[in-house]
Amino acid sequence: MLVANLMAELEMDVWNRLDAVTDPELDEPITDMGFVERVEVTDAKMVRVEFRLPTYWCSPNFAFLMAFGIRQEVMSLPWVVEATVQLNDHCFNDQVNDGVNSGRSYHDIFAENCDGADLDEVVMKFLAKAFDRRQETVLLGLQGLGLAPADIVSMTLGTLRQIPFRGEEELRQLPRYLELLASQGLAKNSGDLAFPTWDGKPLETGNLSDHLARLRSTRINMEFNGALCRGLAKTRYKEVEIGPDGPTLVDFIAGHVPPREETTANS
Amino acid sequence: MFKTPDGREIFVLDSHVHYWDASPENQTNVQGRQFIDCFYAYHTNLSPEDQLWEKAKFEKYSEEDIYRDLFVDGPDDMAIVQSTYLKEFYNNGFSSIERSTSMAERHPERFIVNGSFDPRDGEKALEYIHYMKETFDIKGVKMYTAEWNGDSKGWALNDPAAYKCFELCEKLGIKNVHVHKGPTIRPLSKDAFDVHDVDHAATDFVNLNWIIEHCGLPRLDDFCWIATQETNVYAGLAVAMPFIHSRPRYFGEVMAELLWWVGEDKLLFGSDYAIWTPQWLVEQFWDYQIPEDISAERGGVQLTDEVKEKILGLNAAKLYDIDVAQKRAQLAGVPVQIAAE
Repeated sequence: MLVANLMAELEMDVWNRLDAVTDPELDEPITDMGFVERVEVTDAKMVRVEFRLPTYWCSPNFAFLMAFGIRQEVMSLPWVVEATVQLNDHCFNDQVNDGVNSGRSYHDIFAENCDGADLDEVVMKFLAKAFDRRQETVLLGLQGLGLAPADIVSMTLGTLRQIPFRGEEELRQLPRYLELLASQGLAKNSGDLAFPTWDGKPLETGNLSDHLARLRSTRINMEFNGALCRGLAKTRYKEVEIGPDGPTLVDFIAGHVPPREETTANS
Repeated sequence: MFKTPDGREIFVLDSHVHYWDASPENQTNVQGRQFIDCFYAYHTNLSPEDQLWEKAKFEKYSEEDIYRDLFVDGPDDMAIVQSTYLKEFYNNGFSSIERSTSMAERHPERFIVNGSFDPRDGEKALEYIHYMKETFDIKGVKMYTAEWNGDSKGWALNDPAAYKCFELCEKLGIKNVHVHKGPTIRPLSKDAFDVHDVDHAATDFVNLNWIIEHCGLPRLDDFCWIATQETNVYAGLAVAMPFIHSRPRYFGEVMAELLWWVGEDKLLFGSDYAIWTPQWLVEQFWDYQIPEDISAERGGVQLTDEVKEKILGLNAAKLYDIDVAQKRAQLAGVPVQIAAE
C-alpha cells in the first residue's frame, strides 16, 4: 500500500510537470489537450510517458518539440534518473522516438531533419503567435472593464498586476502573458509598459484597434487548430453505430487506447 | 437548387466534392488507413449527430449515394468533383479522374470533373496533363502539395517543375487551379501550412484562377493578405463551413475576415462531400448572420441574401463559364430522380 501510494504520488508529480509542455501551434498544455495517455513510474526513478496526437498527420516538427519538451520537464524532477518518451500512431513516430530517446542533443537531431536549416525560426514564429493570443485576452479583458485606449497603452506592469480580472480566460492567460513578457525580456520592472508589441515597441492610443485586429486574426488561426485538434483527439478511434435512435459514436477498439492512469495520491 | 423560406430559388454549385474509394481493398499500407481515418474523424467531429455515417459507407459510397446526397436530398445543382491520387497510399488512387468520370457520365449535366497532377513526375506530368485535356477536357485541377512521392514528402507551387506544368495548363486553357494545403512533413524547419508559395504562383500566372481550399486555414491571416494583393486568388470554404454548426460564433469571425479582406465575389461554397453533406450546410448557411459585434469590427460586413447567393453558386459559375440561366433551364428539363433499385 505504501509503495502504491508513493508511486501514485510520483506519477502525480510527473503529470504536474507535464502541464508545462505546450503544443507550440496551439499554445495549450498538452495535458489539457488530452495528448498524454500514460505515465508510468518504475523503481521510483524511471519514468515512461506515452503520448498521441489527434491525427497520424500532425506536423512532425511540433511532435518533435513536444517529445523533447516532455523529456526535459520529466528529467527536471530531482528523483528521475531515466525517462523514456513514446509517441504512438504518428507518421513520424519512429524518427521522433529514436531521436528523443537517443541521448543525443536536440540540435543534432533537428539538423538532420531540417536539411541543415534551423528550427528555431519556426519556434520563434509560434512563440510570437502565443504572445499575441495571450496579449489579446488581457487587452480585451481591460476593454471589458471599461478602460480607455489611452489608459491601456500607457499601463505599467505594476498596474496590470493589480487589475481585478474576473473572467475565467483572463485569469488563465494573465500569468501566462506575464511569464512570456519576463522570459522574453519585454517587461520586467513594475514601471515597464505592460503592452509592448512582440518587437518590443510601445503601442499608441490611435493604433490600439488596428493592433487588436491583428491579434484577432492570429487567434482565429489558433482557434481553428485548437478546435479541430480537441475534436479530432476526442473522436480518433471512434466509430458510428446506427441504432434504433439514430447514429451514436462509440469506441471501436476497446483497450486499444490506454485509459489515462488514475493519478490521485489516495487511490 | 435551394429554395429559401420565402420561395426564392438559389443556384448551388458545390465547388469541392469527392468520389473516393478508400476501402480496405484499395488501401496500400497503414498510411492509406490513417488517411481515411483522419477524414472520418473530421466527419464524426464536425457533423450534426443525425448526419453521421458508418465507417464502411464512409470508406466507399456508391454512385447512388453521391447523386442522392448532393442533388436529391441535398440542394446542389452542380458539383465539381476533385481528383486526389495519394498513389503511395491507395492502389488505384484515392479518387481518380477515371472513376469519377465514369460515375459522372450518368448525369453529365450536373458534374464537372477536375484532374490532378504531380509536378515531381517531370516530363510524365506534362504528358499526363495533355492526356487529361484530350481525354476528359478538364477545366481545372486539384493540387495536393502534401502528397508523398518517393523520398519527397511534399512540394511547393513555385517549384520550377510546377511552373512548367502551370505554363502548360495556361496554354491548354485549364485555368482553375484548386490548391489544398495539407501538413508538410519535412524539412522540419518549414511551417507546415505555409501559404506564401500561392503568392508567387498567382503573381506569375495571372491568367490562372487560384482557389485556395479551406481558405488557407490555419494560416488565414497570411492567406487574406495574399488574396488582397492578387486579383486571381479565391477562397474555397470547404472545412470552414461545418464550423457553422459546432462553433457558429467562430464561423462568423472567419467569414467577417474573408468578406473584409477577400471580398464577396471571391468566396466559393464547398461541402467537401463525403466528409460533410451539403443539405445541412446550405440550410444553416442561409439562416446564418454574422453576430453584430463581430461585423462591427470589420466595417459592418454581413452575409446578406445577395452575398450568400454569390458564395453558393454564382462565383464558381463565373470561374467555370457556366451561364446560370441556361443551366437552370437545362436542369429543369432533367429533374432529379432516384433510379429504381
